[in-house]
Amino acid sequence: MVAPSLKLQDLIEEIRAAKTQAQEREVIQKECAHIRASFRDGDPLHRHRQLAKLLYVHMLGYPAHFGQMECLKLIASPRFTDKRVGYLGAMLLLDERQDAHLLITNSIKNDLSQGIQPVQGLALCTLSTMGSAEMCQDLATEVEKLLLQPSPYVRKKAILTAVHIIRKVPELSNIFLPSCAQLLHERHHGVLLGTITLITELCERSPAALRHFQKVVPQLVQILRTLVTTGYSTEHSISGVSDPFLQVQILRLLRILGRNHEESSEAMNDLLAQVATNTDTSRNAGNAVLFETVLTIMDIHSAAGLRVLAVNILGRFLLNSDKNIRYVALMSLLRLVQSDHSAVQRHRPTVVDCLQETDASLSRRALELSLALVNSSNVRAMTRELQAFLESCPPDLRADCASGILLAAERFAPTKRWHMDTILHVLTTAGTYVRDDAVANLTQLIAGAQELHAYSVRRLYSALAEDISQQPLVQVAAWCIGEYGDLLLEGNCEETEPLQVEEEEVLALLEKVLQSHMSLPATRGYALTALMKLSTRLRGDNKRIRQVVSIYGSCLDVELQQRAVEYNALFRKYDHIRAAILEKMPLVERGGPQVGEEAKESKAAAKLSEAAPVPTEPQASKLLDLLDLLDGPSEDAQHPSPLDPSPGGALVQLLDLPCAPPRPAPIPNLKVFEREGVQLNLSFIRPPGTPALLLITVTVTNSSGGDVTHFICQAAVPKSFQLQLQAPSGNTVPARGGLPITQLFRILNPNKAPLRLKLRLTYNHFGQPVQEIFEVNNVPVETWQ
Amino acid sequence: MIQAILVFNNHGKPRLVRFYQHFPEEIQQQIVRETFHLVLKRDDNICNFLEGGSLIGGSDYKLIYRHYATLYFVFCVDSSESELGILDLIQHLLIFFLIAPKVFVETLDKCFENVCELDLIFHMDKVHYILQEVVMGGMVLETNMNEIVAQIEAQNRLEKSEGGLSAAPARAVSAVKNINLPEIPRNINIGDLNIKVPNLSQFV
Repeated sequence: MVAPSLKLQDLIEEIRAAKTQAQEREVIQKECAHIRASFRDGDPLHRHRQLAKLLYVHMLGYPAHFGQMECLKLIASPRFTDKRVGYLGAMLLLDERQDAHLLITNSIKNDLSQGIQPVQGLALCTLSTMGSAEMCQDLATEVEKLLLQPSPYVRKKAILTAVHIIRKVPELSNIFLPSCAQLLHERHHGVLLGTITLITELCERSPAALRHFQKVVPQLVQILRTLVTTGYSTEHSISGVSDPFLQVQILRLLRILGRNHEESSEAMNDLLAQVATNTDTSRNAGNAVLFETVLTIMDIHSAAGLRVLAVNILGRFLLNSDKNIRYVALMSLLRLVQSDHSAVQRHRPTVVDCLQETDASLSRRALELSLALVNSSNVRAMTRELQAFLESCPPDLRADCASGILLAAERFAPTKRWHMDTILHVLTTAGTYVRDDAVANLTQLIAGAQELHAYSVRRLYSALAEDISQQPLVQVAAWCIGEYGDLLLEGNCEETEPLQVEEEEVLALLEKVLQSHMSLPATRGYALTALMKLSTRLRGDNKRIRQVVSIYGSCLDVELQQRAVEYNALFRKYDHIRAAILEKMPLVERGGPQVGEEAKESKAAAKLSEAAPVPTEPQASKLLDLLDLLDGPSEDAQHPSPLDPSPGGALVQLLDLPCAPPRPAPIPNLKVFEREGVQLNLSFIRPPGTPALLLITVTVTNSSGGDVTHFICQAAVPKSFQLQLQAPSGNTVPARGGLPITQLFRILNPNKAPLRLKLRLTYNHFGQPVQEIFEVNNVPVETWQ
Repeated sequence: MIQAILVFNNHGKPRLVRFYQHFPEEIQQQIVRETFHLVLKRDDNICNFLEGGSLIGGSDYKLIYRHYATLYFVFCVDSSESELGILDLIQHLLIFFLIAPKVFVETLDKCFENVCELDLIFHMDKVHYILQEVVMGGMVLETNMNEIVAQIEAQNRLEKSEGGLSAAPARAVSAVKNINLPEIPRNINIGDLNIKVPNLSQFV
């Protein structure tokens, strides 16, 4: 090599002087060639400089793997200058996936024991950054020896290296555990910081260590108290707060130690209250400490007053002008919403205001928190807010917002009509972002709510007439129009404005959907089927429909083609059963929430009562399949073919329907359910003045060894009954005969029909979720006669 | 745990890249680019927290960043770090980067903001050494300014005592001796950053 090698600075200047990417590449490639040559020649004097240059180009993204062995040589050199660059190179270029990394283990071992602090520091730093499991195992004892050395500089580095070792090889935790107690007596903040980190890591990994360290809680409290009450010290304070990093670490450790541990929690209560009230919140450092304090208070067994204070602090932070504070406040509230729901509810208005934030991070957090805060009492107000947000929110939040609203609506809808309105609104606003099962859910909901059929079909028709681009909306609307087209044309529905719709308009709209390029294949399938159904619902002739159907018999889309061909066949050869096939659909069974179940019950029972006067309906056999839902497997309502066209036979089958004879039982109590010590009893009262009214008191008792929590009981009755569920006395039954839950059902039975009850229970028992659905058929006759 | 510390300028050119968890080189560069794009989209008056991109970690990780003049300082951290604490740390780190290299710079530029970025560029290795005294293995090691500067000084003395190839160290030493200390700014004001510089005369 003739020219002397460039210094790092000079190389950097050259690179910066390059005007284009290509020029830069050229400069770097030339230099790398020099560096490679220099490495080959084995020049020891300039090696560190070459490696420094190599590390620079590595940062810019150029390959530097040929420098790995040079790192080893530099680390082995006795000069500090060489070691420094060598270790840096090892940290940046080497890692556990290369075999070369093990070769530095020996060098590190030597450097750790030779007593020059900066060198020891380098070795420890490298070990903690890229040390693999094998390296850690080899060097653990060396590191442990350094934990109690006199120099705090080396000690603090050794402690953090120990944390890394434990992360890589958890079995080595025991080596470091004994030194912790002594290290806690340190006054040097760097050592203390490392020690707290080490103890935190140990406690997170092992419950035994956690118990061991719960004994030092008083000591930790003392350290923190000293920090908090110490006056201003230039060395450690940031904005007047004494070593906030150390305070935050101690608070975290206290949180872990105090969780679920009464004694520790009590030891820290006073101090936490002191920190919460006395910290200066005008600067960021104070706020950081305050946040950790709040989180710790909420996580341990703290006094109720303290918890209220903590949540209020968070509420105050929500109103802070600094966006970072608001962000952290929203995050913290989200963490608390499960455990302290009512406390967080108090801040609901502020949270909802945060939805208006222009900052995407903040509005995302506010959305999550708002969705978590929806409950049955505020569902209407919250949904309004969320819907307003949906209209204006950034696109990446739309999907979450839409599915959140739909979920909340499903859980807490006060009325079916409100539920339908909400879903409709979401579909029209953000239709393309909803999840796929929203369509199925909505059709299920509409089908189940018979009183809403007219209303739904009108609303959907109007929405569809305005806009046919939102696919989920179009699919649901098409389905609805197909099913309930006759209601659409009837004229008046008291819940919407009068809408005069002509048959031709309806058909034209569906054809438009079919032909539109915006419609997905699935949507077009819906539209075609809807058109077909309308052939039986509409009074006019079916020429237009037949035309469309025959055109699509040669459609390129295979699914549509198949449908069209089959429908065509229906028109031509099977016209006599067309009406039967295209009748209104029964409700699809789905293991869903109570709304579906109740609807299912009423629909099935409706069929029961309606089928009798209309004997030509051959879906009586389908009906009997439905009755399986009511009667359970013990009944013998088995009928093979769902499309049995002979009416007479169907009627006979209908009349054969066995009714479960009521078993005589005393009125006072009826035990309807028992499982693992959890019992459900019904007691009946018929108030004398009102013969149609029956009051049932449901009592849940628990004789088992485990608590029953989150208990919810839902009920369904046949359609001619009216059922009202009152709020239960609670949702927890403590173990071994604890206070039972009672709930009152009011049932109106004007027709004096036989009472059947279907109950659905969900609860947690022995840590497992339990769901039970069963029928109560054996209510005493006196309850309904 | 801190997964990565990235410093890049307004055009996305990396000035300091330090990962505390291993990623292959191409992924590292991709992460730098992706982070730059994410951070560039942010206005100046919104919060300093970003949900991380798809490459680093998962939903547990977030980006905490600060924008000073021509530089972005980005920390990628997981949920075990205090967000506000890291914001403070970034501020601290900037002070360390500004003050400690001052004793190496042979000439002082007039425009303060340029000195900041140029310092980082031309003393990339020194910046790494300073960083190593503050953050080690992804965890915060030391936040006391005096300790850190003292340590850097000790290391420099060690390096000087080993002699050197060129006169550069000797020039540096004389430059340091000749630095007119009052020119080191007493107050640093960049954007919303207001720092009172402690007296470092005992180190020269």
